[in-house]
Amino acid sequence: MEAFAAESGGMPQLNPEFWVSQIFWLTLTFGILYVVLSKLILPKISNNLESRKSQILENIEAAEKQREDSEAKLLEYEEIISKSKLEAKNIFNQAREKALKDINTKKEMLDNQINEEINKVEREIGILRESAPDKINTIAIETSSELIQKLIGAEVNNSSISAIVDDLSKRNGDKYYGN
Amino acid sequence: MAANPMSQFDVYRIGPEIKVGTFDISFTNASLFMIISTFTILLIFNLGSKKNKLLPNKIQLLAELSYTFVSKMINDTAGSKAKPYFAFIFSLFMFVLFCNMFGMIPYTFTVTSHIIVTFVLASFIFIGVTVIGFIKHGFGYLKLFVPSGVPAVLLPLIVVIEIISYLSRPISLSVRLFANMMAGHTMMKVFGGFVISLGIVGGWLPLSFSVALTGLEILVAFLQAYVFAILTCIYLNDALNLHH
Repeated sequence: MEAFAAESGGMPQLNPEFWVSQIFWLTLTFGILYVVLSKLILPKISNNLESRKSQILENIEAAEKQREDSEAKLLEYEEIISKSKLEAKNIFNQAREKALKDINTKKEMLDNQINEEINKVEREIGILRESAPDKINTIAIETSSELIQKLIGAEVNNSSISAIVDDLSKRNGDKYYGN
Repeated sequence: MAANPMSQFDVYRIGPEIKVGTFDISFTNASLFMIISTFTILLIFNLGSKKNKLLPNKIQLLAELSYTFVSKMINDTAGSKAKPYFAFIFSLFMFVLFCNMFGMIPYTFTVTSHIIVTFVLASFIFIGVTVIGFIKHGFGYLKLFVPSGVPAVLLPLIVVIEIISYLSRPISLSVRLFANMMAGHTMMKVFGGFVISLGIVGGWLPLSFSVALTGLEILVAFLQAYVFAILTCIYLNDALNLHH
């Protein structure tokens, strides 16, 4: 064979001795390869790829859904928080208003009481003031009569003394009471 | 192994001579490597498609990446109409790729370095594509040879050129693959021979060249398989989507 190759100028490819054999074996092996690949193996690979793709898509879909769910939950949660904040504010305001009202009523009550007390005391003072000159007059009359008795040893009519005292007190009353 | 750089392409009989009628279909080293390639492809893709894990292991990833690679290549060049021919182009690409790659192992035989093998593959593609074209478009497929927008004066010339270019497709397709494989392997053998003849003193230069060439040849082995497959897709595209 090598001798033949050498003789034909060194190109074994151009030696037709095994051409038929090569064509036969090529057809056979390539035919088997094609049939097995196309009927058995390639559909399986295609199937594997498809199923992986669909599974990935499914997973992405599930993840998307879960994300949406969690977002909805978050919104709900925020709503609850804002609602409870509003409620707390309301309660606070109500409490404040109530406290202010209580303070006002208490204050009014106290003011009234104080006013009453002041009025009462003022009335008492008025009474005292009115009765004060009479008492002073009586004291003055009694003191004067006793003084006169001690000085001159004679009884003096109380009525004449009281007349004098009245007269004096009327004249000097302004000086003492400032009215 | 003989020193003759062409002797690596010798085909020799393994086992007895088998004859069917006048045809000799004996089992040869070429047959052996066709079977090894086929078996390896089937083994890898069988392992790669057996279990369907959501996170693929290495071999499954390899199978699936190859699948999507070829699938994308067909879709990009020939469109979605080429889907029924996916299995054929996938087998073709894998067969050529594995035959090329097995040829890169020292002392192996490169199936695709034989013109008869590549020519049979290319002829099959050529005949198949032509048949598909006539089935899809009837005699309208002949419009492929009449490009639109060409001046009437030039038309006869253009038609002749188009017909010649169409008929030369199987030749260019098969010779491209065969010549690339043969030239690369011959060159590696020649440089390997230089290493021996120049000895320990001067052999380093051809050796380093040989190493670089091995890398290049692995690239070429992949590239030629890719080119073979993509040209098939382009021819298929002509047959499926008549653009002219």
